[in-house]
Amino acid sequence: MFEQLTERLSTAARNLSGKGRLSEENIKDTLRQVRLALLEADVALPVVKSFIERIREKAVGEEVGKSLTPGQALVKVIHAELITLLGTDTAALDLRARPPVVIMLAGLQGAGKTTTAAKLARRLIEKDKKKVMLVSVDVHRPAAILQLETLARDVSAMYCNSSASEKPEDIVVRAIDQSRRSFADVLIIDTAGRLHIDKEMMDEVVRVHDIAGPHETLFVIDSMAGQDAVNSASAFDKSLPLTGVILTKADGDAKGGVALSVRQVTGKPIRFVGVGEKTDALEVFHPDRMASRILGMGDVLTLVEEIEGKVNRDKAEKLAKKIGKGRGFDLADLRDQFEQMLNMGGMAKMLEKLPLAGKVNTAALNGAANEEQMRRQMAIIDSMTPGERRFPKVINGSRKRRIAVGSGQQIQDVNRLLKQHLQMEKMMKKMSKGGMKKMLRGLPGGGMPPGPR
Amino acid sequence: MFGKKKTEEPARRDGFVQRLRARLNKGDSWLTYDLANLAPGRKIDDEVLEDLESSLVMADVGVDATEHIIASLRKSLARKELKDVDALYAGLQKIISEILQTVEKPLSITEGEGPFVILMVGVNGAGKTTTIGKIARRLKDQGLSVMLAAGDTFRAAAIEQLQAWGERNDVSVIAQQTGADPAAVIYDAYESARSRNIDVLLADTAGRLQNQQGLMDELTKVKRVLGRQNSNAPQEIMLVLDASLGQNALVQAEKFHDALGVTGITVTKLDGSAKGGILLAIARKLAIPVRFIGIGESAEDMQEFRADEFADAMLRPANQVEPAT
Ligand SMILES: Nc1nc2c(ncn2[C@@H]2O[C@H](COP(=O)(O)OP(=O)(O)OP(=O)(O)O)[C@@H](O)[C@H]2O)c(=O)[nH]1
Ligand SMILES: Nc1nc2c(ncn2[C@@H]2O[C@H](COP(=O)(O)OP(=O)(O)OP(=O)(O)O)[C@@H](O)[C@H]2O)c(=O)[nH]1
Ligand SMILES: [Mg+2]
Ligand SMILES: [Mg+2]
Repeated sequence: MFEQLTERLSTAARNLSGKGRLSEENIKDTLRQVRLALLEADVALPVVKSFIERIREKAVGEEVGKSLTPGQALVKVIHAELITLLGTDTAALDLRARPPVVIMLAGLQGAGKTTTAAKLARRLIEKDKKKVMLVSVDVHRPAAILQLETLARDVSAMYCNSSASEKPEDIVVRAIDQSRRSFADVLIIDTAGRLHIDKEMMDEVVRVHDIAGPHETLFVIDSMAGQDAVNSASAFDKSLPLTGVILTKADGDAKGGVALSVRQVTGKPIRFVGVGEKTDALEVFHPDRMASRILGMGDVLTLVEEIEGKVNRDKAEKLAKKIGKGRGFDLADLRDQFEQMLNMGGMAKMLEKLPLAGKVNTAALNGAANEEQMRRQMAIIDSMTPGERRFPKVINGSRKRRIAVGSGQQIQDVNRLLKQHLQMEKMMKKMSKGGMKKMLRGLPGGGMPPGPR
Repeated sequence: MFGKKKTEEPARRDGFVQRLRARLNKGDSWLTYDLANLAPGRKIDDEVLEDLESSLVMADVGVDATEHIIASLRKSLARKELKDVDALYAGLQKIISEILQTVEKPLSITEGEGPFVILMVGVNGAGKTTTIGKIARRLKDQGLSVMLAAGDTFRAAAIEQLQAWGERNDVSVIAQQTGADPAAVIYDAYESARSRNIDVLLADTAGRLQNQQGLMDELTKVKRVLGRQNSNAPQEIMLVLDASLGQNALVQAEKFHDALGVTGITVTKLDGSAKGGILLAIARKLAIPVRFIGIGESAEDMQEFRADEFADAMLRPANQVEPAT
């Protein structure tokens, strides 16, 4: 069966390393695998084609020749290229305009527009201290207006009432007037879902846009979307001057190749990613994480990043919960940890900052402090299938052999890594039992009040 | 295009095929684009098959099913059965129909003890609630008595959305407040439907992603609770799939099937330009019957699934084609 790109790649990489030299022939095979893998990740064909061309050019060069294993180098080239294509400009919303700044959301049916409107409002209210008003011009779907009204209440946004018997254009005029009179900084317009091939409905949304004159027009798309996303995205982009894209439902297990397709076809930055149904489940888009995800490397936020970065109670608690469930810390997480440690100078250093650190056995970690070793261990993890990373228990003798060959390491190295992961997993459990909250309270800038939750 | 336009009356079968075909071949799809560009007169060789392979993947057919189809065509090619583009179409159409025929099994409402329960499940925004509205209309038109259960107690205004469909179709909706236990709501609805001698109970549930174990467990609980009332219930566990989704739809089918034993599938939003090719992969892998296809947002925008029509509509070359980008 078609697993993920990394699996395909490790197969392809083994073929490569076995042959020693890159010939037009064997690179063609590998690239064919990559092509299929990207298509399976729902990246659209034209995008895949140009991507493969770029990779071909780069891979034939010395980058591949010099590396320990060609497969690893290839993954790196692909990863870097994906990031480039996804866009390194994670521009935040542009709100520099005379208030009320109008933001409009549009997209296909069920993409997540209404939910996203509420999420954006919440973010602007809580993070940016803006006065936000919400309005729905969805006069088509049953209870669509009530849905937004309910959500507006949930996030304490101002709300402009509308009714299904009104014309969307009239609602907009009224909403702009009302938002002005109530001194709103931002007005967010939620529109009905529509198909890009539905001319009547596309005309409607254009009229709404013309009247509203939004500063930001965001295309909302489901991260599970398939090949047709290039068609819908480009049609919306042609009808409306889109300023950005929001990807929803990324808390699912889709690879999200659509991110690449939409980015390519519209050229517009992906602004946010929806990661859940609740109104706080909105994150800034990270091209590197998305690239890893499309490649099947996982996009889990790391503990290190959580703690080292702007400490954020919600996020940290989310992670704590994840780890608390005992399902959290798999090999993909471990790999992320390594990557972070390479950037930051080690887990042990990070643990020093934690009040719990004294109680935790950091011996397991010290073994990994060596940079070179970490890189090799990351290579080992990269040669595993996603399933193996998630459930390391399935890694039996023959799998170990395969992984060792794929990563150019010895079987003992694979064993050592697995043992180390086991120890860390135990430690993580202990940390979560020991009360993540207590631990967080001691963090610099954590500043969270004790008290019940 | 059927979206918001009110269809005057339930379309005749013919008209529907015509419309579906016209739509599926709108010309902004890569499949038809590539097929049409397999220029007449062009020799059918490996290269052509490779183009076709890409095209099938572009229709969301998936690599696995695509490889299967191409392998079959290759065999025909080796046997010198494919002389021209027409023969290629015919071969492709036949293979696709054959795959889909295995899952062409219309929903039949059987009579028995208590109401026939249809439990609607699927990921967020797939079209569950709307499909309930459509099925309710259809069953009422067939003279059956119908009741709805507002099992989505999570999403804002989900209950009111279902109630609106209840009003449209003049059927009663059993609901509690937001936050209530879905299993309890559906249990109550079942009791109510039974005491009122209702023929069919359509139970809505909140959208959930298949990797959210806690939410999947919630559904197995609903199923268990229904089963305790009547060992045959729910008689149908219907998975709703959005045709515009890609390969994840297969994962959805697998995981919902694993958790619940899905007995039927409805594919929605086929009025868009997505091909719904993932159905081929699902049919090959899971062989879950496909019941209906959704082709719009109105109550009458739904049809029984027909394999040959679907395959035909998927492949018929477009008259005028232009590539999308
Ligand atoms: N898991 C998850 N669900 C989401 C996310 N965003 C939205 N949803 C859910 O997706 C479904 C559809 O969301 P809506 O906000 O109603 O979508 P919409 O685009 O407004 O839909 P229409 O107005 O009917 O076109 C709901 O069940 C939401 O709760 C997300 O990021 N993650
Ligand atoms: N074009 C089109 N739109 C559809 C079809 N079926 C449903 N929709 C639209 O898709 C959106 C989501 O439909 P819902 O029925 O709310 O989906 P759901 O699965 O109940 O969503 P949640 O309960 O939020 O998970 C709505 O805007 C529907 O009008 C269809 O066959 N074609
Ligand atoms: Mg909406
Ligand atoms: Mg619903």
